[in-house]
Amino acid sequence: MSKPNTRTLVIKGGMIISGSSQRAADVAIVNGVITEVGPDLRGDDMLDASGCVVCSGFVDLHTHLREPGREDTETIETGSRAGALGGYTALVAMPNTDPAQDSVAVVEFVREQGRRAGLVDVVPSGCITIGRLGTALSPMAELAKAGVRLFTDDGNGVQDPVLMRRAMEYSRGLGVTMAQHCEVTSLTVGAAMNECCSSSDMGVPGWPALAEELMVSRDIELVRLTGAKVHFLHLSTARSVQLVRLAKADGLPVTAEVTPHHLSLTEEMLIGFDPVFKVNPPLRSMHDIRALKDGLRDGTIDAIATDHAPHARRDKELPLDQAPPGMLGLETALGVVLAELDMELHQIVALLSRNPAAIAGITKTHGCEIAPGSSANLCIFDPEINWQVDPGRLASKSINTPFVGRRLRGKVRHTVFRGDPVVIDGEAQR
Amino acid sequence: MVATSVEVMSASDVRRAITRIAHEIVERNNGVDKLVIVGLQRGGTWIADALASVISLIETSPSVPVGAIDVSMHRDDIAMRPIVVGAISSIPCDVSGSTVVLVDDVLFTGRTVRAAMEGINNYGRPRAVQLAVLVDRGHRELPIRPDYVGKNLPTQLSDEVIVSSDGVKVTSSNHQ
Amino acid sequence: MKHLRSIQELGPEGLERILKLTKHMAEINTRPVPKVPALRGRTVVSLFLEDSTRTRLSFETAARRLSADTLTFSVSTSSLNKGESLRDTVETISDMGVDAFVVRHKSAGVPWQMSAWTSASIVNAGDGAHQHPTQALVDCYTVREAFGRNRFDGLRLTIVGDIKHSRVARSNIEAFSMLGADITLVAPKTLLPHDIEHWPVTVNYRLDDVIEATDVLYMLRLQSERMSQGHVPTLREYGEQYGLTHARVKCLSPNSVVMHPGPMNRGVEMQIDPQDLTNSLIHRQVANGVAVRMAVLFDLLAGEQAPTQSSLASEVS
Repeated sequence: MSKPNTRTLVIKGGMIISGSSQRAADVAIVNGVITEVGPDLRGDDMLDASGCVVCSGFVDLHTHLREPGREDTETIETGSRAGALGGYTALVAMPNTDPAQDSVAVVEFVREQGRRAGLVDVVPSGCITIGRLGTALSPMAELAKAGVRLFTDDGNGVQDPVLMRRAMEYSRGLGVTMAQHCEVTSLTVGAAMNECCSSSDMGVPGWPALAEELMVSRDIELVRLTGAKVHFLHLSTARSVQLVRLAKADGLPVTAEVTPHHLSLTEEMLIGFDPVFKVNPPLRSMHDIRALKDGLRDGTIDAIATDHAPHARRDKELPLDQAPPGMLGLETALGVVLAELDMELHQIVALLSRNPAAIAGITKTHGCEIAPGSSANLCIFDPEINWQVDPGRLASKSINTPFVGRRLRGKVRHTVFRGDPVVIDGEAQR
Repeated sequence: MVATSVEVMSASDVRRAITRIAHEIVERNNGVDKLVIVGLQRGGTWIADALASVISLIETSPSVPVGAIDVSMHRDDIAMRPIVVGAISSIPCDVSGSTVVLVDDVLFTGRTVRAAMEGINNYGRPRAVQLAVLVDRGHRELPIRPDYVGKNLPTQLSDEVIVSSDGVKVTSSNHQ
Repeated sequence: MKHLRSIQELGPEGLERILKLTKHMAEINTRPVPKVPALRGRTVVSLFLEDSTRTRLSFETAARRLSADTLTFSVSTSSLNKGESLRDTVETISDMGVDAFVVRHKSAGVPWQMSAWTSASIVNAGDGAHQHPTQALVDCYTVREAFGRNRFDGLRLTIVGDIKHSRVARSNIEAFSMLGADITLVAPKTLLPHDIEHWPVTVNYRLDDVIEATDVLYMLRLQSERMSQGHVPTLREYGEQYGLTHARVKCLSPNSVVMHPGPMNRGVEMQIDPQDLTNSLIHRQVANGVAVRMAVLFDLLAGEQAPTQSSLASEVS
């Protein structure tokens, strides 16, 4: 992957967004590091960024790469490619693989596969419990030593409050963060969508908002008790946002993320019984969407994370109650976010890049300021262009995107990973 | 294109034809024993009632049962055009062993009568089936022939024949 | 009308049209030879992936009386057990040349998902807890027959039981309210769906409050699993509070009727033998089943609303 490293790459004519400032300038990169930021730079290779924003590459706190175990739906390579096309230079790989990422061997395998693909930094997360079964803690210290910073049983939430308390206490000594998929499963048995008017009409068991809020509330109190750092995955309800807001006001070390689909799609999408729209937590109401957007604006929610979840076409053609939950997200994240959020670009960049980099513990190389000396992990995107997603042309191995037919705004033109342009003019280079 | 309408039977002509047919039916069948009159929905039902009424004046007893049959579900062109259902059939008695006289206003291709005969088979096995029509306008497509005819009326295929108790009119469209 | 999947999709005009057609079919069923060639050459496939002998036979009889050819795939015989997907099954059967599927499945929504895999008409014979439109049509027809009226304005329908899990309830609420009935639901809160403020119904948690003021008492079956799932403390308590007991039968007004979609859980919601109920319409519900289903198949495949061969040909090309 590394080429002879004396050539200078210049990103020309873009609008640099770095921190809260923005200026028109060129960026020069040598050997994976930014060497100069200024007007009229010269170099050996050029990327045209006219009309585009130049910012630090996006960091996804929540991607399912499906390898090992379900390579039929996605591999670390295809997922990395999808990420790069979506402007991501780092992906936190969720641990619900098979075997699960609850051992150093699996974690190192995932990291190595990511290195081999060479498109993004694949940052493996570790399980909180062995096999994500919720009964015994996984070897967190060993995993932390192997570089894991974020622990989660995602796919599941840790149901037992005692076990969660232990995990939090144990994590305090390691300087790592617990990330929780908040779902009290006894309240969501058989549920395929939000519990609401539509689910009553459709005769489909629903997921009450309470199932999420109870665990958010519980974990906030456990944080208060233990002082551990907790990150809430994919918040979806108004009350969850409010709980986190109050927790932050109390100075508790909690962070939160929201997905693009929870910012744009409502429970009515399930009325046609299409399992493409089935996801955990489920799509909710306009009221929840408004509250989530408010949470992004006032800093209650720190990051946007895709929860990119590829599924085989066969599985998404099962009846609604049997189909697995989850939607693709890497290639459409920017397009959905810019279409939905009425916020300043620098705020959006913070949500997609700087803040998640901090939560993932990779700020040395990602989410950095665009300044000489910083790692050259960059995203160059056109913020104005309107487009639609074609499932047949996605880089992901799967096609379960819920955004077909929806107008998206903003598209990645180039992505630079460690100084290497891995996406040029919307095409992956490897 | 000009449409011309000609009255070929007046109200009294119709009345007399029905009376004559009623007598012919009684004569041909040697009385009214085991006779059932069945009008085809919708054009034949009033004629069936009228026939039964005249017959009851000729032979006072036993009274002749009158029924009606909706042929829409027995047509042979079902795949080609949608079925519009008529009124519901009602056959008042067991037709097995009876002589059924089917009654319709106009006999044309013969397909409606064929459908009616098939429909009657649903109700039993008549000893015989006879056909009485007020007007036979020709252009048969099936080997069906009437036993009793009010009037033989040669027509063009494109003509329209309208029958009621007020008379029979033929409307032709002549191309200029 | 291409499909019959829900009462709402059928609409008030469709509802009226099917109920009218049912009268024709009922007459055909009284003939010594109850068979007409209306659907000759058409193929109707029963895809019953949830067990139900009675409804399946009702549909097959209906198809045969209209001279359609029938094929049956049921849960025990189908290759779905061997790992073939539902989509594969539907597409394979469709390739054989099928005009209509009659499908019953334990998952809601399957009749809608299937439309993506076949151009045949789809009749929903029950999808999970969602809809069972032909049952509602049978029930409306039966009530029309019993009360001698086409509109149900002022008629008080009370549905008792596990509304939450009942497709029959959902379809009947839509159908009876289209015809103007006043509908009351009686059940413990655990057996009512979560959000029904927008439903055209009144809710009461006590059957004894409403039983005297009801014209049609519609009992739903309570499955014994509801106890183990915690919806009701015991079946005995449920039967005492919500069952049709001898005492409650005495409270019914003389002109009221009792209905049940079957099968019954005797001793639970029905504590009196329906044979002993003078005002039970349960037999009529069963008897009317074939005629209603004939009307549905006829309307989809041969009636005025059905696509004809020529229009189908142009659709395909």
